[in-house]
This record gives sequence, C-alpha cells and structure tokens, in this order.
Amino acid sequence: MEILFAIAIGTVVTASVYLFLSRDLLRGLLGFILFGTAVNLAILLAGRVGPMRPPLVDAAVLGAGAANPLPQALILTAIVIGFGLTAFALILTLTAHREFGTTSVEELAEAETPKVPANTAAAATRREAA
Amino acid sequence: MTMVHTPLLLLPLALAAAAAIAAGFLRPRLAAFVGCGAAAAGFAAYLAMAGGVAEGVRATAPLLAVPTLGIGGGLALDGLALIFALLITGIGALVFLYSADYLGADRRLGRLSVMLLVFMLAMLGAVTADDIVLLFVFWEMTSLASFFLVGFNHTERGARQAALQALLVTGAGGLALLAGLLLVAGAAGTTSISGIIAARDAVLAAPTAVPAMLLVILGCFTKSAQVPFHFWLPNAMAAPTPVSAYLHSATMVKLGIYLLARFNPVYQDEVLWQTILTWFGLVTSATGAVLALRETDLKRVLAYTTITGLGTLTLLIGVAPAEAATAAMTFLVVHALYKAALFLVAGVVDHETGARDASRLGGLGRAMPLTALAACLAALSMAGLPPFVGFVAKELVYAVKLDGESSALLVGVGFLVNASTVAIAGVLSLRLFFGTRQPTPRAPHDPGLAMLAGPILLAGLGLIAGSMPGLLGDRLVGPAAAAMLGRPADVHLSLWHGPSVLLALSIATVAAGMAIFAAWGRIVPGMRRAAIVDVAGPAALYERGLARLLEIAAGTTRAIQHGSLRGYLRLLFAVAALATLATLLLRDGLRLPAFDAAGLDARALILLGLPVGAAAAALAPTVFVAILAMGLVGFTTAALFLVFGAPDVAFTQFAVETLLVVIFAAAIRYLPIRRRGYRQRRERVADATIAVGTGLAVTLALLAVLGTPYDSRLSDWFGDQSLAAAHGRNVVNVILVDFRALDTLGEITVLAIAAFAVTALLRPIPKDQTR
Repeated sequence: MEILFAIAIGTVVTASVYLFLSRDLLRGLLGFILFGTAVNLAILLAGRVGPMRPPLVDAAVLGAGAANPLPQALILTAIVIGFGLTAFALILTLTAHREFGTTSVEELAEAETPKVPANTAAAATRREAA
Repeated sequence: MTMVHTPLLLLPLALAAAAAIAAGFLRPRLAAFVGCGAAAAGFAAYLAMAGGVAEGVRATAPLLAVPTLGIGGGLALDGLALIFALLITGIGALVFLYSADYLGADRRLGRLSVMLLVFMLAMLGAVTADDIVLLFVFWEMTSLASFFLVGFNHTERGARQAALQALLVTGAGGLALLAGLLLVAGAAGTTSISGIIAARDAVLAAPTAVPAMLLVILGCFTKSAQVPFHFWLPNAMAAPTPVSAYLHSATMVKLGIYLLARFNPVYQDEVLWQTILTWFGLVTSATGAVLALRETDLKRVLAYTTITGLGTLTLLIGVAPAEAATAAMTFLVVHALYKAALFLVAGVVDHETGARDASRLGGLGRAMPLTALAACLAALSMAGLPPFVGFVAKELVYAVKLDGESSALLVGVGFLVNASTVAIAGVLSLRLFFGTRQPTPRAPHDPGLAMLAGPILLAGLGLIAGSMPGLLGDRLVGPAAAAMLGRPADVHLSLWHGPSVLLALSIATVAAGMAIFAAWGRIVPGMRRAAIVDVAGPAALYERGLARLLEIAAGTTRAIQHGSLRGYLRLLFAVAALATLATLLLRDGLRLPAFDAAGLDARALILLGLPVGAAAAALAPTVFVAILAMGLVGFTTAALFLVFGAPDVAFTQFAVETLLVVIFAAAIRYLPIRRRGYRQRRERVADATIAVGTGLAVTLALLAVLGTPYDSRLSDWFGDQSLAAAHGRNVVNVILVDFRALDTLGEITVLAIAAFAVTALLRPIPKDQTR
C-alpha cells in the first residue's frame, strides 16, 4: 500500500511541475494547487498510513489502532493556508490579465519593464492636469 | 629598551578625530586652519617624545584592545614610527595651511579639510599601531581617504576613474596584506607587531612563512607603487595639488615602505626577501626615471620621480649591508622634504599662471622670486648637491650600492636614475624660473604667505639638515634605523667625506644630469613617440582586465537574472530534483520497503484517482479541462483522507475543493481558460524531463523515509495528553486549538490578510485610472 501511495504522489508531483513550467500563468496556478495537494499527501504518508480509525480518545489515552494525529494537524493547517495563497494568486492573475491583457508569463515580463517609466510620466501629467 | 606608557601618544589621533568632526561644521577656511592647528599640535606632541625615543625609550598607549578575540591593540612609538609621525604631522600642518589659499573661496575646502584630517588620523594610526589588526584597519582607511581625495573633482570622469583605479589596486593589495598578516600572526601566536618581531624564529619556521612574506610584500608594493603596480600613482595626480603633495609623495605611498621596514627585523636575513626587494626596487626606480622623461605635465613628472624615490627606498630595505638602513631612513626624510616642497611649488605655478606644462613655462623667476627660491632650494636637494641633505642621502645610497653584491649593476642603474633625477630637478628649477619668459594664461606673482610657507620651510629644512647632518642622524635616523634592523644602529651622518670614489660618482652624476637637462626639450618628444609603453604597460593590462571583469559580471547577470519566470522555475526544480537524487544515491538512501500484500485492500483503488487526474491535468488541451482534472485529484485526496482515518482533514479538503470550484467559476468569465497551451516540442521534452525527475525524486525520498523506523514519541505524547491535559477526545482538534493554538491564530491571521488583499485587488477600478 505504502509503495503504491508513494508512486501515486510522485505522479501528482510530476504533473504539477509540468504545469508549473507552462507559459500560462493559470496553468502555473493549477500546478501550484496540485503541488500543495501532493505535499499534503506526502506528509500523511510520512506519518505512516494504515488504520481507518480516526484518532479519537475512547478511554484515558489514545489507544493503538488509531490513525496518527500529528500529520493530520499539520495537513489541516497546510490546506487552509494553501487555500488562502491560491485565492490570492488567482486574484493576482486576474488583475494581471485585466491590466496587461495576457496571462502569458513571457508577455507579462515584457509588459512590466518598459511600461513603468511611461506610466510614471503619464501619472505626473495627470497630476498636473488635476 | 625601556617602555613608557603615555597618553600623549593618543593625543595626535584624538586631535585629528576631533578636528575632523569639528571641521565639518566650520566655515571652509576656518576648517583648514583647524586642521593645520591639529597637525601642528600633533607634531609638537611627537617632538616632545622624540628625545625619549632617541635614548631608546619605547612609548606605548592602549587603544582598541579586544582580549576575547586575542587582539591586543595598542600604539607604540619607536624610531621608525617617530620619523613617519613627524613627517605626517609636520608636512600635514603645512599642507592644511597651503590648502586654505589654494582652494580659496571654493566651498569644497571644508570637505577637503575633513578628508585630509581623516587621512592624517589613519596614517598616524597605521604607523604607530603595535597590532596588525589595528594597522590593517588604519591601512585600509588611508586607501579609502585616498579614494575620496583623488576623486575630489568628482564631476570629472578622469578623476573618478583615477580614484577607482587607485582604490582597486591598493585595495587588492590590502586583501593580500590581510592574508599575509593573518598567516604571520598565526605563526607567531600573537597579533602584536613587537610580539611578531620577538617570535621571529617561529614566523620563519612556519610552513606558510614564504607565502605569508610574499603576500605582505604584495600589499606593500601596491601601496608604494612598485612595478608593476606603479601606474596608479601618476593617474592619482587628478587630485588637488595639496593632496598630491601630502598623500602621493610624502606620506601614504610611503606606508608600504614603512611596513617593509617594520617587518625587516623578521625577514632581513632571508635571501628571497633581499632579492625581491632589491630587484623590484631597482626596476621601479629605473622605470620611474625613464617614464619621468616622457612627461611635461609638472605633476606627472613629479609622480614618476616619486616612483623613482619609492623604488630606491625598497631597494635600500632589500640590500644586505647594515648601512642600508641608515641610507633608507635618511633618503626617506630627504625625499619627503624636497618632493613635498616641489609638489607645492608646482601647485603654486599652476595656481598663479594657470598652466602646468613644463614645456610651455619658463622665466617665471622674475615674477615670483620667492617661489623660485623655494623651488631651487628643493631642486638642489633633489639633485643631491652639497650642502643640501640630498647630497648626504645620495652619497649614502651610492656607498651602500658599492658595498653590496652585484654592485656594478646597482651602481650603474643607480647612476642613470640619479642623472635623470638631476635633469628633472633642473627642469623644475632652472627651466621654470630662468631663461626666456613664456606667455602664460594668467600674469604670475608670488602667492600669499599661506601657500609660500610650505615650500620655503620644507626646502629650507633640506639646507638646514644638510648643514647639520649630525643632529638628523642622532635624533631621527639613528633610532629609525635601529628599529628597522632590530638592533642598535651605528649612524654617523656627515656632509663631507673628503675626496673619494663617492665624490667622483656624485660629480659624474651631476654632469650627466646636466647633459640630459640640456637635451630635455628634444628627449621628451622622442620618448613620447615610444607608444609601446601605453599599449603594453601594466596600465593597459589593468584597463583590459577591468573591462573583461565587467563583461563577465554583465554576462553572469544576464545568465542568472534573465527575468524569465519559466527559467527560474526550471532551474529551481532541476536543482531540487538533482540534489535529492544525488543525495539519495551517494548516501545509499535508495531502499524499498517490504511489499506487504496483506496490507493491500480496496483503498488502493482510490489511489488510482491521483495518477489519472494528474495526467489529465498535465495533458489537458485547455485550462478549463485542466481545472476539471485538478478537481478529480482534489476530491480523490479528500477521499483518501477519509479512508485513512482523517475525517477532519477530509471535510476540510472537501470544503476547500468546493470553494475553489466556486472561485474559479467566478473568475472563469474574465480569464482565457479555453486557450491552448503552446510549448515547442523541445520545450515539452525538457519540461517533462524536469517534471518526471522531480516526481521521481519525491517518490524515492518518500520510500527512503518509509524505509526508516517511525519515531512516534510526539504523536504518542499528544495521544496521551489529549484527554488528561486538554480535556478533548479528538486529538487532531486538541492539537490545533489547544497545544498549538498560537500557530492556528497565525494561520487565521494569514487567511485574514489574504482576504483583505483579495478584496483590495477585486475593487473595481474606474476606467480613467487604469494604468
């Protein structure tokens, strides 16, 4: 089971990196989400998998035969933070698309550099006009 | 030797520091006079200690000791330090006075005064430091001060380049010096200079003795403009003339000489030391003498003759006879006196006539008689004529050369060098001030007292010291030579030795020099045509090296900071994958856990959702399909959490997946989700290779982790304490909200900030304000 689990995680990582390296910012974002998922699964696996029973205390202490609680606590935090980051990155992509009309990484890099001084000049002109 | 602790030794440094701070707030002209006062007071303080030093007393004072690092710090004054300290403060006082009129109404006089004071502080610290750490700090301070003073006219491109050149050459030498000093200190077991000299045998026996010595020599050679590092000195003439007189003839360029003399007691019997110093010194003096005949600019001529002087000093430290120490210290004083005087005269000529090209000047004596007097007195000392002190020094130098090995070559080259020096002395006095009057941009006249005091005093001292050589020998040169030899020196300076070989040599030198002087007008254009010096010299090498270095820097920046996000990510993942794989391979980490058929159950089928969804996402033709495929991976993950005993995590994952779908659905309207991926075939292969490599690295790393026993102490602790300490039965919840509550608070904060940022970015932007 563990070996299959590790291989399955490897495929998710592979797909996520391939998407990351895409020219498209949106695909890169999807790669980012997939990568987060793969890491969460890796944390689960590293804490050993097997029992189906959740880590709930029946008697005084958590008995044997329950799942490992520690990775779960870590993953819960990671999922929530990852979600926040994804939402923020998506909005950045959206803004970039609205501003520059593209989600291509290369076109964005070109769009950034030469525009800055021109914009500053334009902003100065606007301030003077206002 | 007796030792005396005296705070008096700290006084000149304290005065310079205080004056430097004060000068920043004063009117420029006042600042220069404050500098003059500080230097003069320092001179008086050193003079007060001179009597004791001559009797063999060693004055010491504590400064900047760091005992925890084994740095003793501290200042010490012996004969060698005294001779330099007197030159620094004495000439310094005259230079401050001179600057006040030289820059006159120029508002930058204040800045010049501050920098000169900082420089003076650094020089005094360097020559009186008894600790190599202290010495090195002050040494570098002089390089920095020189940088700002050479680049004083920073609006001129040439001045900036010259400043950078001086800084780079002396700075590179400074690094070599630091390495050498550390090696020496390591061998001696102390950073104290007197301690290092006392531990001479240990220093010489260390396995790194030779590299250490070579590094120290390298540092000294760059500072003192020895061949092949001599080229920065003429270029440093971009500095204002008082600076050139002070830094680049009388004091800073002699700091390398000082350190060579300081370490001479350690190395004086080493053949390598003697050989290097003797021959590099000889070549340097000859180079300076020859190149001086190519120049007509007064300051550049003087710069090359300074190189000659520095080469002679290096040679004198290198040659074996004990009298060489006497000759070196005498020549040091003599050279500082006449060279500073002549620099100041050149500044006066430049200031009053507006020209400083020796070939276009002449007959100024009638218009500026006092300047002419100073120039002639200094030039006579430079030419080595009796009764000037220059004659004493020249005789001593000749005597040492005759006495040592390879005397024929030393005396032969020395003769030519001295003849050239005599000729240059003639140009700077006879040609400038006598003969036919040449037209100048401004009508010349003698400057005020402030600018005349320096040249006249310094040149006059040459005459006084020449007529009383005994005083100079007993009070200054003797103790200094003793410090340089590490044992008492037998010094008797006298002006007249009676008819001898030396006298004959002197007469022949002057005759040859006058011959060169007579032909000077024809020699210089001829020498100028020898363009090989400009093409093949070390200066050209420096230019090419610097240009190449900048090219490499630009190329590296282009290669690493190319601005392509894809490039950065590729590099990042490739390095991460390769590093992981390499570590696993090299550290024997490749292991496969035992395949447990019994542990395999129906849950393995759910795992299938991961590779299917992942492959679909990666190969999806459009972003829209990729989003759907990613959903498959997300929900598969949630299901996996559910069946592996993590229902809390599963619910969160379901909630997040659902939310992501909602958000993407909202964003979809504005984004080009139907656009196809466009990668070249070659790019696809490269990207896929990196992706597969990363995936492989992660899988293998996970297998390696699974192959090691699991340390369950932390999990067990949480399981044991959950109910007992936190009264909760759901261990995961207890960890999050109780044991690690602060982390969860941080998590909430991050989420809140993300929400704020999203809200801000989503605010509608009015059309006319869109960028």
